[in-house]
Amino acid sequence: MPQHFVAPPQWEWYIVWYFFLGGLAGGAYALGAILRLMGDQRDAPVSRLAFLLTLPLLAICPILLTLDLGRPLRFWHMLIDARTFTLNFKYWSPMSVGVWVLLVFSLFALISFLEAFGTWRSGKAPFLTGGLGRVFLIIGALFGLFLAGYTGVLLSVSNQPVWSDTWALGALFLASGLSVAAAALTLMARLGRHEASAEAKLTRVDRYFTLLELVLLVVFFVSLGAVGSQFLQPRWMVLWVVVLIGILVPLALQLSPRRTPAMLAAVLTLIGGLALRIVVVFSAQM
Amino acid sequence: MARTVGFFTDTTLCIGCKACEVACKEWNQLPGHAPAFGDGYDNTGQLDEQNWRHVQFHERTTPKGGVAWNMMSDVCKHCTQASCMEVCPTNAIIKTEFDTVYIQPSVCNGCRDCIAACPYHVIGFDEASGLARKCTFCYDRLQANLLPACAKACPTESIKFGELGTMREVAGARLNQLRGQGMAEARLYGDKEYGGLHALFLLTDKPEAYGLPNAENAVLPSRNNIRNYLGSVVTAAIGVVGAVFAFRERGGKG
Repeated sequence: MPQHFVAPPQWEWYIVWYFFLGGLAGGAYALGAILRLMGDQRDAPVSRLAFLLTLPLLAICPILLTLDLGRPLRFWHMLIDARTFTLNFKYWSPMSVGVWVLLVFSLFALISFLEAFGTWRSGKAPFLTGGLGRVFLIIGALFGLFLAGYTGVLLSVSNQPVWSDTWALGALFLASGLSVAAAALTLMARLGRHEASAEAKLTRVDRYFTLLELVLLVVFFVSLGAVGSQFLQPRWMVLWVVVLIGILVPLALQLSPRRTPAMLAAVLTLIGGLALRIVVVFSAQM
Repeated sequence: MARTVGFFTDTTLCIGCKACEVACKEWNQLPGHAPAFGDGYDNTGQLDEQNWRHVQFHERTTPKGGVAWNMMSDVCKHCTQASCMEVCPTNAIIKTEFDTVYIQPSVCNGCRDCIAACPYHVIGFDEASGLARKCTFCYDRLQANLLPACAKACPTESIKFGELGTMREVAGARLNQLRGQGMAEARLYGDKEYGGLHALFLLTDKPEAYGLPNAENAVLPSRNNIRNYLGSVVTAAIGVVGAVFAFRERGGKG
């Protein structure tokens, strides 16, 4: 079993919420892009919903990250070397990569938001069309997927107990990001009025991602081995139960064709996704 | 003048006086924390933003059944391959002309990634300044050709300072001497870990007993990059295929 003598970085609520919102925003954009790329016009409102959701959530992320810094006004030191005024980019440091991804992805999210807002409010024709539009959406979706998953890699690229003892944390956060994004879209689609076919598609994808998250949760614990016992203390067990409820109950409820259970399932998925990040972030630092 | 410096801390000579801790705080203007009085003589507790030297007291049972201390003045190891420097996104952490590891206070923005990375529990977050802080190897004193404050103050020369090559030689000779005197448990720490540390320690117990990761556990954060990204890429691929499958038209079923 690996030994650790490391100090905790005191990453707390700002970081937990960033991980949650980043996963949600990245996953939502990817889902919106895939739906759009598949070209069914009846799904256009739901894909638009995804792009409308992504930007506001994403806009909170840099605020959280900046507030978490010891010197918030030096946030730009992440991007530009404060001594040489050259660009800072370290591909081997996920925090460095993540800052750039957040920045570039924000541009994609902004443009997609503007397009979605235009088609929604003013009935303008979408401009991300043709080959170039498709390439734009594919690249944007890749950045979104990266954003949803790299936060787990960031934790792992350290010497902290649990975080650095697994290879599955990036994968787990990504699966969870996709799952909460599908849940959020399901919730919003059910609140509004959308084509039944689009709602059915969302329910299906929500189900797949919840299953994927369950599989990766098992993989995560298997990859931890004996280190996983850190989670077996009672105070973390409560949160793990919330995480499990957020996976297992939705899996059962998603089978129901009725409206209320589907919405309850989505809410539970969102709470479970947040609980997952809370327990992973806090437990390793105690 | 560029040179490669090093500490050699010979724990067999440490008497636990903490002159190193005091000298460090005096020189570096560290107010320190309120002392914690427990059941031992260690009221410093750990290395952090205020404690850049920490004298550890470890009780052990002697072969004759008595109790003795293993004492060690712990300090930043100024690793050749430094975990803190590896992850630092702002490039605030640099190698100086003395080949020591230095956090530039004017560049650090307090993200604390280095704290998560340091395997030796060296760096602490200073709430007052909002910066990550640790031993500077008395960078200012080195520039003025002075000894680091801790080495200067150590009354038993448990803390030795000099060219890293010289320190390695001194450490090797001391190890041979102690082994020759029958101290089979004597061992050197830091000649191999992280590409060679700039703070070598002569220990009389296994590294873990002093809170130092052994060779197997002295690993860099970046070891986890590829395998974690790979796991994420596979998951992303499964996710995208799953989404395409979920979104595809099901012949009239809708």
